[in-house]
Amino acid sequence: MAPEVLPKPQMRGLLARRLRFHMVTGFVLSLGVAALYKVGVADKRKKAYADFYRNYDAMKDFEEMRKAGIFQSVK
Amino acid sequence: MLPKAAWSLVLRKGGRGRRGMHSSEGTARGGGKTPRYTNCYAQRHYPMPEEPFCTELNAEQQALKEKEKGSWTLLTHAEKVALYRLQFNETFAEMNRRSNEWKTVMGYVFFFFGFAALVIWWQRVYMFPPKPITLTDEWKAKQLQRMLDMKVNPVQGLASRWDYEKKQWKK
Repeated sequence: MAPEVLPKPQMRGLLARRLRFHMVTGFVLSLGVAALYKVGVADKRKKAYADFYRNYDAMKDFEEMRKAGIFQSVK
Repeated sequence: MLPKAAWSLVLRKGGRGRRGMHSSEGTARGGGKTPRYTNCYAQRHYPMPEEPFCTELNAEQQALKEKEKGSWTLLTHAEKVALYRLQFNETFAEMNRRSNEWKTVMGYVFFFFGFAALVIWWQRVYMFPPKPITLTDEWKAKQLQRMLDMKVNPVQGLASRWDYEKKQWKK
């Protein structure tokens, strides 16, 4: 090999650098995933239930089911 | 059971690696040499094997080994490289080189997926018995109609996707 001089590699602080990178990344990703879950899943679900029950009429629902013939106790 | 790391150590070290650790039987062997298994060379997980790569040295190499016993600052660069090559089969860069083996492996994997698929297709045509009554299309249609009548999961699930006025799936 030709005797060219390579730059001296990083000799110290390797674990510290790795830990810092991974801790920061882990923190950011965890917060991001939690935030996305809250918005995309949890809040969406709460809204769907609220919208469903806002104008829900249980007796009307029951009558529809009864007419469809699924009950054994009432026809 | 042994943890996975221990198993890989057991499997990869080969005969020589394990026995070479404890015994003087290696050095006492003298004339005969145990055959070198391919996985006795240095690997990333086994970087310092007991035996050097070259054990039979010619006169020049013997002289170099004698010089190595003195101060290392007296060795030239070429001599240091020669000593490294005597001790080790490959440098770290050579040992860790990439290969195209993964393409071969994936090829075989997909080939056998396809082969298995053909075998199962043949079985479906010639061997399978008729479906149970609950898996026939008529039964499944009646089952779905009953689920919609019962309004199964009306908030976010099945019945929420059905338009009860128009009697069709919501767009």
